Amino acid sequence: MSTTAERVQPALAGLAVQSSTSREGTLTLEVPAAAAWETIRRLKETAGFDTNTFVTAVDRFPAEPRFEVVWQFLSSANAERVRVRARIGGTDPRVRTITDLFPGAAYSERECWDMFGIRFDGHAGLKRLLMPQAYEHFPLRKDFPHQGIEPDRLYREWDRVRRERPVNRDLPHAPQES
Amino acid sequence: MATTTKVFEYNRGSLEGDDPLHGELMELNMGPQHPATHGVLRLRVMLDGETMREVEPDVGYLHRGKEKTCESLGWRKFFVHTDRLDYVQPLMNNVSYALALEKLAGLEVPERGQIIRVLLMELSRIGAHLIYLGTTGIDLGAVTMFFFTFKEREALYTLLDAYTGHRMNNTYVRIGGVYADVEDEVGREIGKWLEHFLTAVDEFESMLSGNRIWYDRNRDIGVISKELALAWSLNGPNLRGSGFEFDLRKQTPYSGYERYKFDVAVGTRGDCYDRYLVRVEELRQSARICQQALELLKQTKGGEFLADDRRFVLPPKDKVRSSMEELIHQFKIVTDMALPVGEAYFGIESSKGELGFYVVSDGTSHPVRCHIRAPGLMNVQAIPVLMKDRLYSDTVSIIGSLDFVMGEVDR
Amino acid sequence: MGSLIETQAQPAQEGYLWTRLDELVNWGRKNSLWPMPLGLSCCGIEMMAMIGPKFDLARFGAEAARFSPRQADLMIVAGTLTWKMAEAARTIYDQMPDPKWVIAMGVCSSTGGMYDSYSVVQGIDMILPVDVYVPGCPPRPDAVIDAILKLQRKIERERPFAQLLSGDNFDEGKGSETFVRAPNQGVPTTRSHERLAPGSQVPTEGA
Repeated sequence: MSTTAERVQPALAGLAVQSSTSREGTLTLEVPAAAAWETIRRLKETAGFDTNTFVTAVDRFPAEPRFEVVWQFLSSANAERVRVRARIGGTDPRVRTITDLFPGAAYSERECWDMFGIRFDGHAGLKRLLMPQAYEHFPLRKDFPHQGIEPDRLYREWDRVRRERPVNRDLPHAPQES
Repeated sequence: MATTTKVFEYNRGSLEGDDPLHGELMELNMGPQHPATHGVLRLRVMLDGETMREVEPDVGYLHRGKEKTCESLGWRKFFVHTDRLDYVQPLMNNVSYALALEKLAGLEVPERGQIIRVLLMELSRIGAHLIYLGTTGIDLGAVTMFFFTFKEREALYTLLDAYTGHRMNNTYVRIGGVYADVEDEVGREIGKWLEHFLTAVDEFESMLSGNRIWYDRNRDIGVISKELALAWSLNGPNLRGSGFEFDLRKQTPYSGYERYKFDVAVGTRGDCYDRYLVRVEELRQSARICQQALELLKQTKGGEFLADDRRFVLPPKDKVRSSMEELIHQFKIVTDMALPVGEAYFGIESSKGELGFYVVSDGTSHPVRCHIRAPGLMNVQAIPVLMKDRLYSDTVSIIGSLDFVMGEVDR
Repeated sequence: MGSLIETQAQPAQEGYLWTRLDELVNWGRKNSLWPMPLGLSCCGIEMMAMIGPKFDLARFGAEAARFSPRQADLMIVAGTLTWKMAEAARTIYDQMPDPKWVIAMGVCSSTGGMYDSYSVVQGIDMILPVDVYVPGCPPRPDAVIDAILKLQRKIERERPFAQLLSGDNFDEGKGSETFVRAPNQGVPTTRSHERLAPGSQVPTEGA
């Protein structure tokens, strides 16, 4: 969208941003991870993108940097979209949260943590969203098998504890032993 | 007193010092199995008497690994899984996925295919809003609504059964169009049903809109302003109920929506009652669009409903059996249909909000990433915002009016 | 699982009166099955349609859908069971008082369905005893009604008084075991659609 680019370019003056257009014509901005938050802040405050559509990640294993975090925003005034992408490395992947700008990104960021293991610094309450809290793996990574690794482990733990718990079969008024 | 505080170890913090009535918050678990949570949603509610101080949703009880499944199965075979996302409007999800893939592939759907898609999408929207009416009605005590809306849904299902072969989870959309054409008889039956349906919507309104109990349980409950709704990524009727006219069918038209005359229902106060009115009006507008689509179908009789690109679209079966080239195309598409390199996102106006697929392709038959932007997840995220400091009995109104389906929340 | 005893093993020893009482009790039980609908996903919609006006389940005495397990005797698991939900499903099953029956509605609850993924239980019979399986995705409501009718035939064959007379306590151990099978029944399979990135290391299961 040339009009989107015209509106967005002045807002992003001074930031190292590479723009391109995706297959359906959305302006896509490729930024270094450290500059992502500032880019998004400018998009929100200066260029008028007031709602966050999604926050997700792509695992580009075995290419390094491994993960690519993708944010997409919508300007409700004129129905324009913009996408921001940033590559981050595979060992201890972290990026700054955007929940201070867009509270609606909270669950999407939790899902990225759950599925990929990407930490969002500053997110209040970054815990798993879709898998059980005690789950140990990150399912959407490319080296995780589709059928999972011991998917029933947590359940078997719970079941073992359940069956080993002593059941009191005495009636309430039964005489107590010793 | 000392022993009491020890037993209730989940003391989440006191409110006012030593006041025995208000010193602790009670944690109430509306567990994953609950009649009123519209699926497997768990809510941990911290109650101060009857007032909810904090609500924490816990999702994931229906997480089936759909995004991973897409990476394993490939582009073509995932259509079947898209039905089961928001399972009350299966065809809508199909179309959304197909539109994203067609952006990658650079395909144009022929006119008749677009008209059929619009017809199927609007029928799905009607089905989804009927479920909203029925389940929210029965949760708030209007048990009759459940039976009335399911009676209409049964008629809709019979029509879809006649056309697609299955009542729900039809998977009738393909890349480039739909699987097969709408027959005249089915079109006529749908037209007849739509006329009856408009009177049925009037009946629903007469039962609920002026009903004192319905009004009291929905008016000024779960109020959200337009700015807060945008900040929390809400779309669809949840945003339109707050007074903001935003409908992707009008703003970014797709599949030929610019040809249809319809109005966008917008509320004023952003409460549950306005969202209810918005959805009821959307039922009427969807019926109006379907009637226009049937007219257009009569005009474009005999037109193509599937694009002709043999890289992505299966050839007709009789040609497959007689021509070598079509046989090769069939083989290649079924085993290894590759989409060009690139990424695309397409969001459509589903009954819950903006439903979109973000697809990343590396030129092979399996995606690098297929992310499903589910409006239901944003609706569930807004639950703590809407429920703060309200009475516990408002949970049911708010959950019903936010209208999410756990299939797409958890994927 | 109610009080079903192998009926092909031996004919009834109790005599005419007790078998007639068996029939009476079974008649009462089968015609007043109160379902506890565990509507998890898409099959839940078809289950609602079954209770709805067209495929009226009330004709068979089973309209009183009780969402509290304490008040129900038939658990219809309609939809995909995930491992996160399995704990809750098993707890609900345990909370149901005897006699209780389970219908696995749809392919997701029968065998895991189309989801052979890391989070889906491959069939609820991994954790619960099942009486009737209903295939379909989702099964038509008539198919589920057919399953309830088959369950009624199954209940007719039970012999509740035989157990009473034989003096055995109702064994709580039976049915409270877990039937967890290893995923894929322990048979290693190569899936053609399995797409692991080259060079990825997968830890072996159960090592």
